[in-house]
Amino acid sequence: MRFIPFAILMTIASAAAAAAQDQPSDVPELVGGSVKTNVTIAIPAMPASPGASDALGRQIAEVVSSDLRSTGAFTPLGPNGIGGYSVAQANAPAYADWRSAGATALVSGYVEARADGRVTVACLLHDVTAGRQLASQGFTVAATDWRRAAHKCADLVYARLTGEGAYLDTRIVYVAESGPKINRVKRIALMDSDGSNLRYLTLGQSTVTTPRFSPDGSQLVYTGTLARKPRVFVLDVASGRERLLVPGGAMTFAPRFSPDGRQIVFSWAQGGNTDIFVVGADGGTPQRLTSAPGADTSPSYSPDGRRIVFESDRGGTQQLYVMNADGSGQRRISFGGGRAASPVWSPKGDLIAFTRIGAGFRIGVMNASGGGERLLTDAWQDEGPSWAPNGQFVLFHRTAQGSGNATLYAVPITGGPPRRMPTPQGGSDPSWSPLKN
Amino acid sequence: MRKSLTLGAAIVALSLAGCGRTPPPATTVPAATETPADANGAASSDVELTELPAMQADLIAKAGSDTVYFGTDQYQLDPQSKTTLAAQAKWMLANPKVRASIEGHADERGTREYNMALGERRANATRDYLVSQGVPTARLLVTSWGKEHPVAAGSDESAWAQNRRAVTLVVK
Repeated sequence: MRFIPFAILMTIASAAAAAAQDQPSDVPELVGGSVKTNVTIAIPAMPASPGASDALGRQIAEVVSSDLRSTGAFTPLGPNGIGGYSVAQANAPAYADWRSAGATALVSGYVEARADGRVTVACLLHDVTAGRQLASQGFTVAATDWRRAAHKCADLVYARLTGEGAYLDTRIVYVAESGPKINRVKRIALMDSDGSNLRYLTLGQSTVTTPRFSPDGSQLVYTGTLARKPRVFVLDVASGRERLLVPGGAMTFAPRFSPDGRQIVFSWAQGGNTDIFVVGADGGTPQRLTSAPGADTSPSYSPDGRRIVFESDRGGTQQLYVMNADGSGQRRISFGGGRAASPVWSPKGDLIAFTRIGAGFRIGVMNASGGGERLLTDAWQDEGPSWAPNGQFVLFHRTAQGSGNATLYAVPITGGPPRRMPTPQGGSDPSWSPLKN
Repeated sequence: MRKSLTLGAAIVALSLAGCGRTPPPATTVPAATETPADANGAASSDVELTELPAMQADLIAKAGSDTVYFGTDQYQLDPQSKTTLAAQAKWMLANPKVRASIEGHADERGTREYNMALGERRANATRDYLVSQGVPTARLLVTSWGKEHPVAAGSDESAWAQNRRAVTLVVK
């Protein structure tokens, strides 16, 4: 793979800085701002430079196409059923041809093998109607990591055309469920946001629930079991090593990291009372945050780390409360009919996703200050919301009446039908990772 | 022919290492340093427990049942449950070498984490009654499985009633 002359690689590298500024500032047709935009976007198979695989160029286009379709903001054309182009045309597409094909946008690019065995995937976004390039970036990855380059390319397109943050180059952790309802096997499972690269982090021999990412995505905190008790564990994703968060027999659950990753907030049940505590992510003595009689649980930090939303039945039924991160200033924010549970603060800080318990369980969002409630789903039992890192989607699980089979879905907060997430078996308690670096 | 030299694509190596994320201000933990002593007392440990099936069968035979049941979202013991628990307490006092894990469960009609708390309330109420009947606190562990381990599979009143329970599990 060492046939690319060094001088050429240097030229490519030095072109990067200049090319990074080539995005026009005024774009007539395709300037973004709404994920409701339904852009017909052509995504032909990418050509490969000598030494790289044409098959890989097609596979990358397939992933970009699949990713963009999943956002709900695009109608992709190709790569199957449409023609390709040459490496030269990646930068100078035949816009008229793509207009004739019905596309208003085009993703072009190419795959290049590098001397060090890695591959560079160039990704260019074009406004076909205006006949010009909108964005371009190259992604160099290990050859086995080509899907990441495809996700990065899709993120570039999504962010440029919707005006929203990238979120496709991410992972989802969840509890994989198999077996009958009265003897269900639960394992922590980790997959890419499109369902690929699935792997299991626990063996299924003990009960596990609610895995959640650390802010840098390197660790998980979850509720496992030790000595027949729910216990919070911290799991390092790369090494698989895990440790008990609070030793000494305490029944602990409902864990989440603080936004700076230094603290873990959780519930501690004892004596028929459940309160919220916080402890250093590396251990230490837990500090009590709530003391009201009742079940105080499902704590979630605001993105600035200054406040915590949680649920409590201290007033008689499950409702949402907000407090300062030191436990002071506790006040109820959910009102209206029914109960409200399992709140999660949005990445932008403005909204709280939660489970509305009425005749069934539904996923809703409300303003962080309370009010403005909107229900996003309607089924027998939807629960366990988790935000996409760009704040545009809420991931949750839907449990079927009778069988109890659980399935992962993502719903756009702007409305629209939930999209079933690709898992090979049942899944519950999903959590979306931060965007990868 | 290296057409790629003419491309305007910015070839930026995708760094897989850490980026310069700026953490928000650290939260300060106030002087409220109260940490509860574990109400489960000396019986608590981080050591796995061993079930004793023959002893469990004996408890069921002598006490009539190892399980008590609860109303929806409730954790009060009814008279029938108290009768069962009084018999369980007698069995515990007659078998002083074993401990019991009192395990609370909830039906599927609650959110996952709330049901963990609800199961603990049920187990705690059950434990308290056993203690009132003379069983030493140190021999009783309290835990909850929430809605994770139903015994009845349906989504109907009958199944839910069977799943809202606390089980006295004999352990070593």
